[in-house]
Amino acid sequence: MRGITAYGAYLPKARLQKRVIADANAWFDPGLKGLAKGEKTMCNWDEDAITMAVEAYTDCLGKAPGQTPAALLLASTSLPFNDRQSSVVVAEALNLNIADLRTMDITSSQRASTSGLLSALDIAAGGQEAVLVASEHRRAKCASREEMLYGDGAAAIAVGSKNVIAELVASHSQAVDFIDHFRGEGQDFDYGWEERWVRDEGYMKIIPDTVNALLAKAGVSAADIAHFILPTEQGRVPAMVAKKLGIDGAAIADNLLQSVGITGTAHAILLLAHRLEQAAPGDLVLLTGFGQGCDALLFKVTDAIKKQRPVKGVNGFLDNGRPEENYNKYQSFNDLLEKELGKRSEVNKQAYLSAMYRARGLTNSFLGGKCTACNTVQMPKHKYCVNPECGAYDTQEDHPMVGAKGHVATWTADTLTFDYSPPAYFGMVTFEGGGRIMMDMSEVDPETFDTGSEVSVHFRLKQIDHQAGFRKYFWKAIQA
Amino acid sequence: MASGIKDKVVILGAGCSKFGERWDCEPADLMAEAFEECIADAGIDKSQIEAAWQSTGIDAYSVGPGAMPLSMGLRLPYIPVTRLENYCASGTEAFRAATYAVASGACDIALAMGFEKLKDTGYGGLPQRSRGVSNDLYYPNLSAPGMFAQLAAGYRAKYGTSKEDLKRAMAHVSVKSHANGMKNPKAHLQRLITEEQAMNAMMIADPIGLFDCCGVSDGAACAIVTTPEIAKSLGKQNLVGVKALQMCASNGEEGGFDGWDGSYVKTTRIAAKRAYEEAGITKPREQISMTEVHDCFSVTEMVTMEDLFLSEDGGAVKDVLDGVFDADGEVPCQIDGGLKCFGHPIGASGLRMLYEMYLQLSGRAGDRQLADPKLGLTHNLGGFPHQNVVSVAIVGAYGV
Repeated sequence: MRGITAYGAYLPKARLQKRVIADANAWFDPGLKGLAKGEKTMCNWDEDAITMAVEAYTDCLGKAPGQTPAALLLASTSLPFNDRQSSVVVAEALNLNIADLRTMDITSSQRASTSGLLSALDIAAGGQEAVLVASEHRRAKCASREEMLYGDGAAAIAVGSKNVIAELVASHSQAVDFIDHFRGEGQDFDYGWEERWVRDEGYMKIIPDTVNALLAKAGVSAADIAHFILPTEQGRVPAMVAKKLGIDGAAIADNLLQSVGITGTAHAILLLAHRLEQAAPGDLVLLTGFGQGCDALLFKVTDAIKKQRPVKGVNGFLDNGRPEENYNKYQSFNDLLEKELGKRSEVNKQAYLSAMYRARGLTNSFLGGKCTACNTVQMPKHKYCVNPECGAYDTQEDHPMVGAKGHVATWTADTLTFDYSPPAYFGMVTFEGGGRIMMDMSEVDPETFDTGSEVSVHFRLKQIDHQAGFRKYFWKAIQA
Repeated sequence: MASGIKDKVVILGAGCSKFGERWDCEPADLMAEAFEECIADAGIDKSQIEAAWQSTGIDAYSVGPGAMPLSMGLRLPYIPVTRLENYCASGTEAFRAATYAVASGACDIALAMGFEKLKDTGYGGLPQRSRGVSNDLYYPNLSAPGMFAQLAAGYRAKYGTSKEDLKRAMAHVSVKSHANGMKNPKAHLQRLITEEQAMNAMMIADPIGLFDCCGVSDGAACAIVTTPEIAKSLGKQNLVGVKALQMCASNGEEGGFDGWDGSYVKTTRIAAKRAYEEAGITKPREQISMTEVHDCFSVTEMVTMEDLFLSEDGGAVKDVLDGVFDADGEVPCQIDGGLKCFGHPIGASGLRMLYEMYLQLSGRAGDRQLADPKLGLTHNLGGFPHQNVVSVAIVGAYGV
């Protein structure tokens, strides 16, 4: 038996109220008012497809140090680098066993995540474990329908042959050069075609064709499907396709259009994770991914589903939002404005790659040092032990600090230093079990934050160099 | 135990430029302004200076590296000149180098010159700068007030001080320095402020507001040092001698180990103890006549009163509010306006403080002259509260 062994998700905390998009833009396109219901997830300035992927993996499998999947696959069409494998960055941030690990970025289609899941399942067929993470940070033009419909988020699925919670029954794929939208080389935004054509010639034909082939292969009746996942920003399409296929209306997965928005290629996996949270043993789950053809995967939920839960899951993250009503902040965070950032933003952002490579134990993996002579934990790792009673030379071993619980010892909210979202919070964090470091903080709630606040550390963007197209990452303390 | 520096070296002359936004001045102009006062006071010829040290804190934004800015700026006569940089302690470090050179007998007369041209950045506050290629990868995104605001959070947490009480004590620190600066024609900021103004000013880095921050200034200050014997032979009277020169640099323990709680600066305490021992001081609050401390931010000055053992631990808020460190208080602090109002051209600050101590001890401090001061202490603190360099110097009447 091979199939899904764990699932998880991540949604940014900020939820842009769609009303504010309409308030700003309805003068130009009154049609936007009709879409202005609910909210959508919105990356903080220091989140992107990589940072969200780290979080989604962690929600799926917990703090990762010591875990040894054979492969980590990352699906996204919004990866921050065209040539630097993002899945490797994610793997190092997770502290996976990179000395024995396959990685791959899968991109260029809304179907990338379902295709990636199929590849992960191929690896599972060989008896190994693999994890597929899908993550998307979507940008859209001001006053576009996409701006109303798109959201940011990530989800992760682990596959293997032990403790399977949803067995792969069958899969089928079609490749069709149907261009509902595209994003050309060097382009920031999607260019789409009329929705009615996309619906009638795309969704309503390609998906049924693929699913029918799958069901025939599996010998399963459409009426027996308990969960039908069709990620799309066209609200009525899932029901129309379900009806055409003979799938029960109750099986249709909510596309979360008014709470998340469509998270691009991550959406299929996000919805899969969401449905698995609600699934019962024996349920048949039909997952489709649409984009230049279609992937269709059929899973059967096992008894083991009861024992495997994500840390927070989609429902947990849905409940953990913070309403954001500042449309300008959304545009700023997504670099959609030519904004005056001040002279203090003009620092040297050069990426000294050789120094970065040396520092990556700390910067990518948040490794400290643990002295083998006196057990003192210290950050960063150093040639000499920091304990004045010890001071031993060259005794420190790598010590993962990612899961450590921290407390704020000192802090400030700095409005002078440049930050995309001032004030910049930073301070001294002391970790239970040893180790302390002066570090940046994110997602601070000024009402409840103070010395003594409990924090955990999260992989976030530290600096963005738009000129060179580079970005640096480090860990930030976030209030528990 | 080494015999220490006490009374081995005296200040022969000192000078200081007007501090401020000196838009029309090159660094060399500022140096010349301070040096002309200093050499006239010393009563020697430039050719008698045998070695010089130049302190600049942020070279990239003023004159670049090396010692040529000083040697060429003053057209020094082909003598050894060395540039020193040690954060905000740079000025005192240059003084230490010159003093040690004289004490060692390597030269008879030496010059320490500190200067900084900060106002060529196009924005307020200190210039943006790297803290090192690797450090920049993980150091927090911070400004100088942000760094020192950590002390406020740590202090509040340790002593349970309310935000309001701490902010009021911080305000008092600044109000006092503004009052002192009013009497100093060379000070950058010469205006009175009220506690209410200080408490309600624009927030810079919680809880540090605009009036909790020192001035960012252009300026230069210098001193010429020699042996007591040479000074006497030149006809100098009422000599001001060096009593102690100590510094302490963090080793990472405060930030990286578990002892430090953010409520104090460990290096200041260590340097102060050493300085008191070197100068033979056993009761600092009674024996020290006046201090010029590193009030980059008001909260730094307040915490420094405890770190110099002038206030009990946890007692600085009350002492500050009781006026202990006011001009008419028990141990006046920043009688020249301090970094707060005299200004803080980084490389010059340590020497500016010594300049004021020298004037006070020589009875030449004009409207702000204190009554019969005996010992003056200067203190510089550069870096972060948890990893920094600190200098403590004590000067006083020679032979007393």
